[in-house]
Parts: sequence; structure tokens; C-alpha cells
Amino acid sequence: MNNKALNIVILGLAIAAPFAFYPVFLMKVLCFALFACAFNLLLGYVGLLSFGHAIFLGSGAYITGHLMLNYSITPELGILAGVTVSALIGLVYGKLAVRREGIYFAMVTLALAQLLFFFYLQAPFTGGEDGLQGVPRGKLFGLIDLSDNLTMYYFVLAIFIIGFLIIYRTIHSPFGQILKAIRENEARAVSLGYKVNQYKLQAFVISAALAGLAGSTKALVFQLASLNDVHWFMSGEVVLMTLLGGMGTIWGPVLGAGTIVGLQNFLASGPLANYIHVVMGVVFVICVLAFRNGLVGELQKLIKKNF
Amino acid sequence: MATFLGINLFGLFGQLLVGLINGSFYALLALGLAIIFGLLKIINFSQGALYMLGAFAAWMSLEYLQINYWWSLLLVPIAVGAFGILMERFLIRPIANEDHLYSLLLTFGIALILQGLFTDWFGSSGMPYAIPEELKGGTRLPFMYLPNYRAWIIVFSLTVCALTWFMIEKTKLGAYLRAGTENPQLMQAFGINVPLIVTLTYGFGVGLAGLAGVLAAPVYSVSPEMGSNILIVVFAIVVIGGMGSIGGAILTGLAMGVIEGLTKYFYPEASNTVIFLVMVLVLLTKPAGLFGKEA
Repeated sequence: MNNKALNIVILGLAIAAPFAFYPVFLMKVLCFALFACAFNLLLGYVGLLSFGHAIFLGSGAYITGHLMLNYSITPELGILAGVTVSALIGLVYGKLAVRREGIYFAMVTLALAQLLFFFYLQAPFTGGEDGLQGVPRGKLFGLIDLSDNLTMYYFVLAIFIIGFLIIYRTIHSPFGQILKAIRENEARAVSLGYKVNQYKLQAFVISAALAGLAGSTKALVFQLASLNDVHWFMSGEVVLMTLLGGMGTIWGPVLGAGTIVGLQNFLASGPLANYIHVVMGVVFVICVLAFRNGLVGELQKLIKKNF
Repeated sequence: MATFLGINLFGLFGQLLVGLINGSFYALLALGLAIIFGLLKIINFSQGALYMLGAFAAWMSLEYLQINYWWSLLLVPIAVGAFGILMERFLIRPIANEDHLYSLLLTFGIALILQGLFTDWFGSSGMPYAIPEELKGGTRLPFMYLPNYRAWIIVFSLTVCALTWFMIEKTKLGAYLRAGTENPQLMQAFGINVPLIVTLTYGFGVGLAGLAGVLAAPVYSVSPEMGSNILIVVFAIVVIGGMGSIGGAILTGLAMGVIEGLTKYFYPEASNTVIFLVMVLVLLTKPAGLFGKEA
């Protein structure tokens, strides 16, 4: 009951938000929040640190951007194509990456992401260093014009809610319980007869597809798909968002994404504009040293202690 | 022009030389990673940034303090190693008992800080660093022209790799180190100061990155991004070789450099990606890595 009320309040705030904040900023937060939630499904619930997740974000963005620019298709089809390609890449990369564990998993995913990064750098359809600019937002189902930022915002909000619910369902299903069992004690999960690698792979594909969804949507919001989306720095950023917000919590990545995007926007206009990477690095170090549960995790601990 | 079976030998040997040089840097960096991993069980994500730091330290020493190349070659690795020791002592050790993913993230954060600071100070365009007087010029071999400095890089870094290998595998100090890898608690019980060995090992592994940076300064332009690009390649190399053996890390590093050089000659479009493709092949056929010991 209490939770339900809280969810309704949050939904109400999300619907009212564009009247208080700049819609493009809010859409950016939502895209990164979805990206971070997708990433958190792996790190927080299966214990797999993928250090190349930007490649799924960026692949979604490139595919959707390319299709929207060159073929007059509707945005929902463009997004669907982006998600599909990201999921397929996730399937191939996941199959390779789950062959190694722990720290090796992180290195394999990073190296695989760099492989595609160089492909996108050289491939003609990505526009190289310039990226794809002026991607049209198009008309949703051929009916609703998305060029208006407010309309676009509600479209992005709907996508975020769908993605978020998929993750929520995944985590709270029997499948999700097995994922958590793998995170807690992989050897025991194996001994209970679970095909651990298959579960890891399935989680990896879901995560990749949703990261692609975030990327496709982001390409429409900013009407841009660029190398930044597939760069290793972006992969690091999503790790930071999840870590700062609280890995393994439902709302942590959302809060972390909001904080980081807000911080970057704030820094970009201030005297520290050139030091964004340095500030990100410092936040990383502080989080790891003193704040491993993240904002939501610490909050939960505080509530448990005092109430 | 010397050709053999339609292959331009000058071009081929030229790329082979570039490959060997890159391979030398890969070997030095992979060696440092493997040493640190062996004892601390962490992957040092800042290894690339410390390599960059080494190159910049050499550049700044020459520019501001008139310290020449040879002194830099001695002093910079020590300075970078000392930096690493401080890092280990005050940042990494407090979380030594946490999940090792945290130390990966910590060193990633440090890499971001270093790269960000140098980008702000020097911009992202590269700085030139002159080849030392003594190593200017080159030797004309029957099939290629061999610049002296490039020959020096290969000879010197391979010597360092070989000495390190010898120290770890054949000396008493190395025996401590290997014992610490196997069972640190037991070694501590024998009265050996394990935390000290851990700190020194970290300093040494990081110092190797600094040394590679000084060696690289005259051949590549010194730029803030030089570290992150090479590090991801070295990660792939470490996955290919497995970190179980010191010799394996060195050999894989060199071999991958050569493969990359050959690809540059025969199919340049794939030269950026060939090492990653080799990694994919190794994952498919021998998931534990070529020299890997794990199950």
C-alpha cells in the first residue's frame, strides 16, 4: 500500500516535471536512467561487471539514427530495429564474455566493445567523427508529431516506464531469483543443477536490448548519434551512475543517472567545465572508498536503523 | 626495390619493426599488470594512465628541469613507482578485503583523474620529445633501414622483461613473491612482512608502466590519450595470454605486436582490431587463455 502510494507520487511528479524543468534535460536523465537500470540488471543482480555497455547504447543510437535519416520510417520502427540489433550484438558478445569470470569478464567486454568502436569509426554509415546529425524524430505510428519537446518527453517517459517495468518484472520473477542466486554463490547454483552460463547470457541479452532501447531513444531526443555513445568513457559513466545510486537497488540507477547528468550540466556552465572527467574520477574514488552502497543503499540502511 | 613473391620487403620489414616496438610496450605493460594481479588479485586500470604519466614526466623533466633522456629513464620509473606506492598504501589497501571489482573501479577513477588533468594542462594534441643524441641515426641493413632508437627500444625492453622474469622465477625475492601469490596467510605466519611485499610489488609493476612511458616518449607523441588506447589492447592481450605466467604475458605481448604489424602491412583496415579478433578466437577455443592455469 505504502509502496503503491509512493509509485503514484513518483509517476505524478514525472508527469508534472516538464513544467518545472527543461524537457530536453529531463529526457536526457530518463535515457541515462534506463541505460543505468539495464546495466544494473547485470552488475547489481547477477554480479557481472560489463565494462563495454556503451556499445549497446551506441549501436541502438546508430541503427535508429541511420534508418530515420535515410528511410522514411516511423520512430517506433526505428527504435525496434535499434533494440533488435543491440540484442543480437548482446547475444554474440554475451556468449563470448560468459566464458570468463570476474575481472576477466570486465576486460573481455571492454575489449569487445573497443572492437566495434573501431568498426563504427571506419564504417561509412556512421559518419565517422561527425556522427549522424539531424536525425528526424518523425511521427509516432505515423500520427503523432514528435518534434515538439513536450510531446517527445511523454513518449520518452512511456518508453522509460516500459523498460523499467521489464526490469522490475525480470528481477521479481523466478528467473530473477536464480540470477541473484548466481550472484550470491555461483558454485551452489551450479550444484543445484542450474545452467549458470545460460542464465547469465539471457540476462546479458535483456540488458543489452534495454541499453539499446535507451540509445535509440537518445538518438531521437538529441537527433544525434555519435562516437561518444560507443566510447569507453560512456561505459565508465554508466558504471559510475549505478555505483553512485546504489547497485542492486531498483531506484539506485535512476537516482545515480539523475545526479550525474545534473552534475555534468551544472559543471558544463561553470569554471570546472574542463574538469568534468576529473570530477567524475573523484566521484568514482569517493564512491568506492566511502560509499559502496550508493545513495539508495545508504538511505535504506538509515531507514532500517532509525525506523 | 627488394621484392619477394610480390611482397615489398622494405614495407614488410618496416611494419614488422613497428610491430616489434609496439609488442615491446605491450609486453612491458602486460608484465606489470600480471605481476600486480599475481599478488594483489586486482587489475590495475590506471596502468595506462601511469604509462602516460611516465611519458609526460620525461617530457616535463626535459622541458622544465633540463633532465636528459638517460636520467629520465632511471628517475621517472622510480617516481611513478613511488606514486603507485602511495596509491596502494592510501587508496587500494583500505578496500583490499572488499570485492576486487571495487579496486578495478577505484583504479579506473584514478585513471580518469590523471587523464583529465593532463588533458586540461596540455590539451589533447601530442607533444614531441626529441630522440637522445646518442641514439640518433640508424643502420642500413640489406633488407631495411633500422633507426637506432627503435632498435634500442626493443633491446632494452626485452632485457628489462627478461631480468624481471629471472628475478621472479629464479631468485629468493621472487620465491617470496610467488609464495605470497599462493598463500599470503601462511607466509605472514613465517614472519615475512606481506603487506610490505604487496606495496613494493605494486610499486614495481607500476614503475614498469612508467618506464614504458619514457621509452615511448620519443617515438609516439606524448599525449593524454596515449594511455587509455593502449590499455584496452593490453587487456585483450592479458585475456589472450592469461595472467597465470609471467613469461606468458611477455611472449603474448610481443607476439600480438608482431601480428598487429603484419596486419598493418597485409590488411591495414583491420590493424586496429586484429588483436581483439585474436582474443575472440582464443575465447572460443581456449577460454582460459593460452597460458592460463585456471579451470
